[in-house]
Amino acid sequence: MAHDLDTDPTWLGGVWAEQNTTPAKIAEALSELLKARHADGEACAPARVLNLVVIVDREWRGEIINRLERVGRYHPSRLILCAVEPGRTELDAWATLRVEGDPRPGEMALYHEEVVVDIGEQHLGMMDTIVDPLVVSDLVTVVWSPHGHPEAVDSLLRLAQVVLIDSLMEPDPAAAVARARELEERAYIVDLAWLRSTPWRERVAATFDPRSLRPELGKINSVTVRHRPDSVITGLLFFGWLASRLGWEPGHIMSQHDALVGHAHGRRQDVKLRLEPDPTMNAPGLAGVTIETASGTEISLNRGPGGLTARRRNRKGNETTWTVLGASRGEGGILGEGIRQALLRDPTYAPALRAARAMLP
Amino acid sequence: MSETAQKEPQNPLVEGLERLPIHPTTLVIFGGTGDLAKRKLLPALYNLAHEGALPERFTLIGVSRSDMPHDDYRQMAKESIMQFSRRPPDEKVLDRLLENVRYVPGTFDEDSIYEKVKETAEEFDQGAEIVFNRVFYLSTAPAFFPVIVGKLGEHGLNRHDESEVRVVIEKPIGRNLAEAMALTRANLGVLREEQVFRIDHYLGKETVQNMMALRFANGLFEPIWNRNYIDYVQITAAEDLGVGTRAGYYETSGAVRDLVQNHMLQLLALLCMEPPVTFSADDVRDEKVKVLHAIHAPEVDRVKEIAVRAQYASGMAEGKDVPGYLDEPGVPPDSTTETFGGIRLEVDNWRWAGVPIYLRTGKRLARKITEIAVTLKPVPHLAFDQQGSVGVQPNQLIMTMQPNEGVSITLGAKIPGSRMRIRPVNMEFLYGTAFLSQSPEAYERLITDAMRGDATLFTRVDEVIAQWRIIDPILQAWSEEPGPLPKYPAGSSGPEEANGILMPGHHWRTI
Repeated sequence: MAHDLDTDPTWLGGVWAEQNTTPAKIAEALSELLKARHADGEACAPARVLNLVVIVDREWRGEIINRLERVGRYHPSRLILCAVEPGRTELDAWATLRVEGDPRPGEMALYHEEVVVDIGEQHLGMMDTIVDPLVVSDLVTVVWSPHGHPEAVDSLLRLAQVVLIDSLMEPDPAAAVARARELEERAYIVDLAWLRSTPWRERVAATFDPRSLRPELGKINSVTVRHRPDSVITGLLFFGWLASRLGWEPGHIMSQHDALVGHAHGRRQDVKLRLEPDPTMNAPGLAGVTIETASGTEISLNRGPGGLTARRRNRKGNETTWTVLGASRGEGGILGEGIRQALLRDPTYAPALRAARAMLP
Repeated sequence: MSETAQKEPQNPLVEGLERLPIHPTTLVIFGGTGDLAKRKLLPALYNLAHEGALPERFTLIGVSRSDMPHDDYRQMAKESIMQFSRRPPDEKVLDRLLENVRYVPGTFDEDSIYEKVKETAEEFDQGAEIVFNRVFYLSTAPAFFPVIVGKLGEHGLNRHDESEVRVVIEKPIGRNLAEAMALTRANLGVLREEQVFRIDHYLGKETVQNMMALRFANGLFEPIWNRNYIDYVQITAAEDLGVGTRAGYYETSGAVRDLVQNHMLQLLALLCMEPPVTFSADDVRDEKVKVLHAIHAPEVDRVKEIAVRAQYASGMAEGKDVPGYLDEPGVPPDSTTETFGGIRLEVDNWRWAGVPIYLRTGKRLARKITEIAVTLKPVPHLAFDQQGSVGVQPNQLIMTMQPNEGVSITLGAKIPGSRMRIRPVNMEFLYGTAFLSQSPEAYERLITDAMRGDATLFTRVDEVIAQWRIIDPILQAWSEEPGPLPKYPAGSSGPEEANGILMPGHHWRTI
């Protein structure tokens, strides 16, 4: 039955809503919304890339929806947002189709499906039974639970191929690494804390890529990472990446005043590691990286206007500075990148995570 | 000096990175104030900078005739980027990008500009304490290509002991076979073929590259991709706009030189080539060249049988009256420049022998579309009653490059009801529905490939010559025929005469 969007009170403005509903009714509503679009004769097609299942605390629902709206072109094709409200026993839901961009004449409109389901804590352990009828079969399903609720994530692992996490949200780095390791054995992990280090990893790799500088990689004897105080984990993953790529054997890190310090055993020499908090930094993630080599070269990258400010000091003490161009992606960009990465496979995260684990006492 | 010639120390940090490092580069744009630089190259460079995809160290030198200081050139570049970038520029990134821009004024035959370019590039090297690669982008009228390449050679800018030197050349590579060969000889007297990157921006389009994925990453199509199953192929590149203000250029080109000789023959080659051993530059281009060599160049006196040309007459487009080509500003009243070209070719090899491949392109057609339609042979026996239906049609596989990038397959399906009646239906894959990423501009991909030294998406010299060898006799035959040319109404699907090159039972798809 095609619903009349103008007169049916549950379909006002192209939005379907129902209290005390069921997953089957929500799935039917999505199907009816699609038929109504086609009945209107609109040249439109549904995006069919991935399902994103998000579990949030209901009081922060609006904030998460706003974050998802800022992901730019990386909208999931079907968003199923489950808002957890303590004490709730019934499911309330609404669903809508959102058209992307402003198609020109002759172009197909592309739309995304959005479903919000209010759930109670009692539903968390059986999330798979609520979500299963709502995901598009054969598409990658990604789960993101920014406010914790590990039991919901665990119950959804039967359906999901990818889990989006942000290790930064876990105050204890050891607990963050342990949880990431646990999930990594059961699904592909996209960690926003890792993605915040991507530009740094790319630029450090590029800095040492000229043929004349590659031998310096084997001579690294000190790495200092500066980070926002809550972003220790991003720094640890960065160390883990260097260690796993360069064959270092990481030792434990420990507190020293405000910093965390430690060593890794390189093939030729030990490497001093230091994580320094930078309270002036506004955005989560890293503020700077300094790498020194046994031959006296020092390379540092720091956040700056229009990209990263790079500085190289050679063994004679001569310095050059330049800007490695790149716009800040912002937190919306990081989340969008996380959604995009769900379709790719990064073979370097898991080894970096294992190396980071080895640095924690 | 070849980067692969020496045993290199490895960089394990690049493993797993989506964006692989590119060696520090100085890009020199000859024609740095021209239309292409303003509309495409400078905005592409900004977008690469925004995404952090430029080399870690990047410097730009614009070279052009206008006399202006560095700051005025930077201002011009800034305005072009702000006007034509596909995303609103971030002022901080833009300002930093422009800090490393220099300008060298002068005409391309002046020795002083090459000395100045050399000096500026060396200053960049010294400042960075690293030797940058040099990429010279010839964004100029084709007449300047041999002049600039010759001067690069004279001033020792064609090679460098410590870095790579590459030259990017825009189309057209000559106006005919003889000119293309002369230009090639001039280039290769100064540069090695590996240093020359001939841009065909069609090859930078994601949807064109997707043709290779469709063919070689799917077991579904390859078994039927041959003369046993395919009846004919149509490649269409239709534009809805007229010649506009480009009559000066178009009069020297025409539809066939503008699109068929390069872009459409590239599409044909990608469609018909054998699977390459690897996707390395030379393996892919080897296979494309084999296809082009398998197309017999038409004899001049038989061109009429396989090729048709026409000009648009006045008509209606987008709901308003539009002038015919001969009434467009700047077009001579007796012009014989074709605005429509249709050609029938055959690839004479084991896979394709006997399968006509129709190419057509034109301006002021009913709509803008670029597509390849592969029509399969009809089923050998029909058990269905076709009365009361349009009947069973041969399957078609249609690859659309623009505007709705995707692939569709027409299938016969039963019309609901008590009788077994069949009509064609479409099974569609729209590129935009299946990927989150917006496709980058073709120039962004091609500029990074040129800086990286990956020539896969660039046209090799033997491809250019093979393309001209096919097209040259057609242009020669047409040049010997007086006008006026057949006409087609603006906003139509093309001239009636285009049907004359179709084999019996074949028909053009509606534009």
